[in-house]
Amino acid sequence: MAVDTAVPPIVQMRDITIQFPGVLALDQVDFSLRPGEIHALMGENGAGKSTLIKALTGVYHIDSGTIEVAGARRVFDSTAAAQDAGISTVYQEVNLCANLSVGENVMLGHEPRRQGRIDWTAVHAEAQRHLKNLGLELDTRSVLSSHSIAIQQLVAISRAMVLDSKVLILDEPTSSLDRGEVEQLFAVMRELRESGVAILFVSHFLDQVYEVSDRITVLRDGGLVGEFLVADLPRDALVTKMIGREMTDLAEISEKSDRAIDRDGAPVLSASGIGRRGGVAPADVSVYKGEVIGFAGLLGSGRTELARLIYGADRADSGEMQIHGDNVKVHSPRQAMEHGIAFSSENRRDEGIIADLTVAENIVFGIQAQRGWTRRVKNGEQDAIVKDYIAALGVRPADPTMRAGNLSGGNQQKVLLARWLATAPELMVLDEPTRGIDVGAKADIQRKVAELSDKGLSVIFISSELEEVLRLAQRIVVMRDRHKIGELDSHDVDAAGLIDYIANNEAGSVAR
Amino acid sequence: MTTVQTTTADRVASVTSFLRTFTSRYASVLPTLAAVGVLLLLLMGAQSRFGNFVSPGNMSALLLDNAYLMILAVGMTFVIVTAGIDLSVGSVMAFTGILGASMLSTGVPVYIAVPIMLGGGATIGLLLGVLVQYFNVQPFIATLAGLFLARGLAYVVSLSSIRVEEPSLLWLQATRFRLGDWYITPTGIIAIVVVATGALVMHFTRFGRTVYAIGGSEQSARLMGLNVARTKVMVYVISGFCGRLAGLVLTAYSGAGYPRNGIGTELDVIAVVVIGGTLLTGGRGYVLGSMVGVFVFGTIKSVISFMGAEQSWTHIIVGALLLVFIVVQRAIVARSDRPR
Repeated sequence: MAVDTAVPPIVQMRDITIQFPGVLALDQVDFSLRPGEIHALMGENGAGKSTLIKALTGVYHIDSGTIEVAGARRVFDSTAAAQDAGISTVYQEVNLCANLSVGENVMLGHEPRRQGRIDWTAVHAEAQRHLKNLGLELDTRSVLSSHSIAIQQLVAISRAMVLDSKVLILDEPTSSLDRGEVEQLFAVMRELRESGVAILFVSHFLDQVYEVSDRITVLRDGGLVGEFLVADLPRDALVTKMIGREMTDLAEISEKSDRAIDRDGAPVLSASGIGRRGGVAPADVSVYKGEVIGFAGLLGSGRTELARLIYGADRADSGEMQIHGDNVKVHSPRQAMEHGIAFSSENRRDEGIIADLTVAENIVFGIQAQRGWTRRVKNGEQDAIVKDYIAALGVRPADPTMRAGNLSGGNQQKVLLARWLATAPELMVLDEPTRGIDVGAKADIQRKVAELSDKGLSVIFISSELEEVLRLAQRIVVMRDRHKIGELDSHDVDAAGLIDYIANNEAGSVAR
Repeated sequence: MTTVQTTTADRVASVTSFLRTFTSRYASVLPTLAAVGVLLLLLMGAQSRFGNFVSPGNMSALLLDNAYLMILAVGMTFVIVTAGIDLSVGSVMAFTGILGASMLSTGVPVYIAVPIMLGGGATIGLLLGVLVQYFNVQPFIATLAGLFLARGLAYVVSLSSIRVEEPSLLWLQATRFRLGDWYITPTGIIAIVVVATGALVMHFTRFGRTVYAIGGSEQSARLMGLNVARTKVMVYVISGFCGRLAGLVLTAYSGAGYPRNGIGTELDVIAVVVIGGTLLTGGRGYVLGSMVGVFVFGTIKSVISFMGAEQSWTHIIVGALLLVFIVVQRAIVARSDRPR
C-alpha cells in the first residue's frame, strides 16, 4: 500500500538525544510517523529502538530534541501522559494483569461508571465490543491468565483501542506467537491502518516486516541511518544498513557445517524411546561427536520438552540413555552436567541470565557450579576465562563488570553461551538461542556454533527459524504434536521442503 | 423435529463446560469458598458437640468480641492485595487506645480526643506508605519500623493501663440493639460498616481495581497508565486508619487503654486475611473473605473456651489451618494460571 507523503505526520520527533551514564543511547535521531501507515523500526539490539520508543511514551526523559504530536509540541513525563495524547504501547512481554478478567484488562482505568460506581455490565459490554472489533470472541469475564500469550497480546491491543489511540506501538509483538496467531495479529494491524491509526512495529523477523510494513526506519548504534519505503529497500540492503557491514558470514557458516560426520563409533549421546507422559511421546535421538542435530517443529510441538528430558530438567518415564555407549541415568541437570551435557534455556531471562550479577559473574557461574563451592575459581583464572569468552563471542560492550541485566538480549545470549562453553561440555543443548535477538548477534552465535562443532563439540540446536536449523545441522529431528515424526538429512531438504514435512508428513513415513 | 435426548455423555459435557467456565472466571473465589466451608464445619461440629453453641447470644458475641479484628482485617486486605504487608497495625491500635485513654483522663473533651485518635493513625500510615513507595523500602521492613515506633510511643504515653470513664465511648460497647435474642453493639455496627465500605471500594471504584492491578503486576499497572504511586500510599493510609479505628473500638470494648494491647495481633490479622482467601503474593482476595476469616478465627477461639482448654490451642489450630490454606491456595493458583 502506498503511503501518502502529503499527509502531515501524527508524530514528529526531531533531534532526540538521550544520554545514559556512560552511553549515548540516542544521538540526534529524527523519526516521523504518519496516520494510516505501518512503520517498522529496525536495528540491531542496542541500536536504540527501545530507547526511542520509551522516549516517545514518556518512560525516559529526553535530554534534547522535540516531540510533536498532531502538530503540537509535547513533553511526556509518564506513560499516562502519552496515553492521554493518544499514544499506546503493546510490549513484548504482555503488560497486563493476569489476575484480572479479560474485560477488566481491556477497560482498566477507563471503566464506565454510574453514580461513582463501576458499572460492571457496561464494562464487559464495552470490552466485548472492542474485542469484537479485532475479531475476537472471548468470555470477557474469564481470567486473563486462562488464555494463551497470543490472545493476551491481542487483548493488550484491544486495550490500546479503548484509549482511542492515534498511535499504536507494537514492540516485538510476534516473538512468542505461532504462524496462525501472527496472521491474526497482522489482519488486526491492517484493519487499524485502514482506519487511520499510525502503527510503529518493531520485530526481528525480517519476513514479517516485509509482509506488513509500508516504511522502515533504520537505527544503528543510537544514530539514525535513514527512512525508507519498503519497496525501495531490498532485504540484503536493509541488513547491511542495520549491521553496517556486508552479510557474507552466513554462507561461510553453512560451508563450515557442510561436512561429513563420522558415525562409526559410539555416539556421544544416544537416547532410545525416551519420553514422558503428558510431555512428549517416546523418541530416539542420537548425536555423534562434532555433529549438530537440529530440532525443528512448531512452537509447542515438543522440541523443548524432548530437550529437557535429555538434560534431565524433566524426568523421563520411559526409555534409556547412553553416553559414549554406557548406560546412564540423567535425572537432574546436575547429573547431566557431570556427563558433559550443557543446556541453555529458551527462557533466558527467567532460567538463564542472572540480571543483577555482572557479566563476569554470569560467565564464571557455570564453571564454579561444576567444580563445587569448595574449589573457588581463582581471580586470575576467572579474568582469563571471562576475557577469552567476551572476545570470542563478541559480547558488546566488552565490559566484564557490566550488570548482565543491562545487556541487550543478543548479548545476554552470548554470555549464557559463554557460561556453558566455559564448562567444556561434550554436548551442548541450545534451545532457541537466537530468539528475539538481532541479525548481527544471530550470525555471531551461529558462526560460533559452527566453529565449535567443527572442533568436535556435539550440539542439539533448537530453533523456530528453519533457515538456521538447515544452515547449522547435519541431521534434523522433526517434531509435531509432541511426537517425533521423522529425521531428515539437511542436505536433502530445503526450507520449503522442511515446512512441507512439518505440516504434512505422517509419523513414521520416510524422509525424502 | 428431532427430540432432544439428554444422554449421560451430554450431561457430562455440560458439566465439564460449566466447570471450565467456572474455573476460568471464578477460580480466585475458591479459597474464600473453602473458608466458608471451614466456618460451617466448625459451627456444625461445635453445635453437635456442645448443643447450645450456635445460639443468638453466642453468635452476637462473636461479632462483638472480634469487631476490632474485623476492622484491622479490612485494612490489611487492601495492603496484602497490593502484595504488601503491614506489621504495624497491632502497635498502632495499642498506641491509639492508650493515647485516647490518657487524653480523656486528663480532661480533654471527647469531641477533640476521638478525631486525634483517628487522624494520627492515618498519619503513621502515610509515613509508611511514602517509605514503601518513594524510598523503595520493603513493606516488611518499613512497617516493622512502624511497629516499633508505635509501640514505643504507646509506652511513652503510659506504662500502665488507664481506665476510660467517658460515657460516650463506653456507650459504643454497652449499648445493645436487640432483635429477639440477637443483639448488636455500635462497635459491631462500625465493624460491619467498615467491611461493607471496604468491599464496595475494592469492587466498585477505580481505586479498588488499581489495588488489584498492582497486586497482579505493578509494572503492568504503571504501564497501563494507572496511578500506582498514589494507590500504594493510600493502602497504607487505609490500613493505618483501620488500626486507629480498631484502637478506638478496643478501648471501648475493654474500657481502658493499655500499652501492651495487641502484641502479635498483626500476625492474627494476617492469618485471618489469608484464611479468608487472600493471597500473600497479591492480586487476589476479598474483603468479605477476610470477614469470613475473622469468623473462623473467632469461632475457633470460642470453641476452645467452651471446651475449657488452654487458649494457646487457638494459635496451634489457626497455625495448622493456615498451613493447609496456603497449600490449597498454591494449588488453585497453579491450576488457574496454566494457560490453556
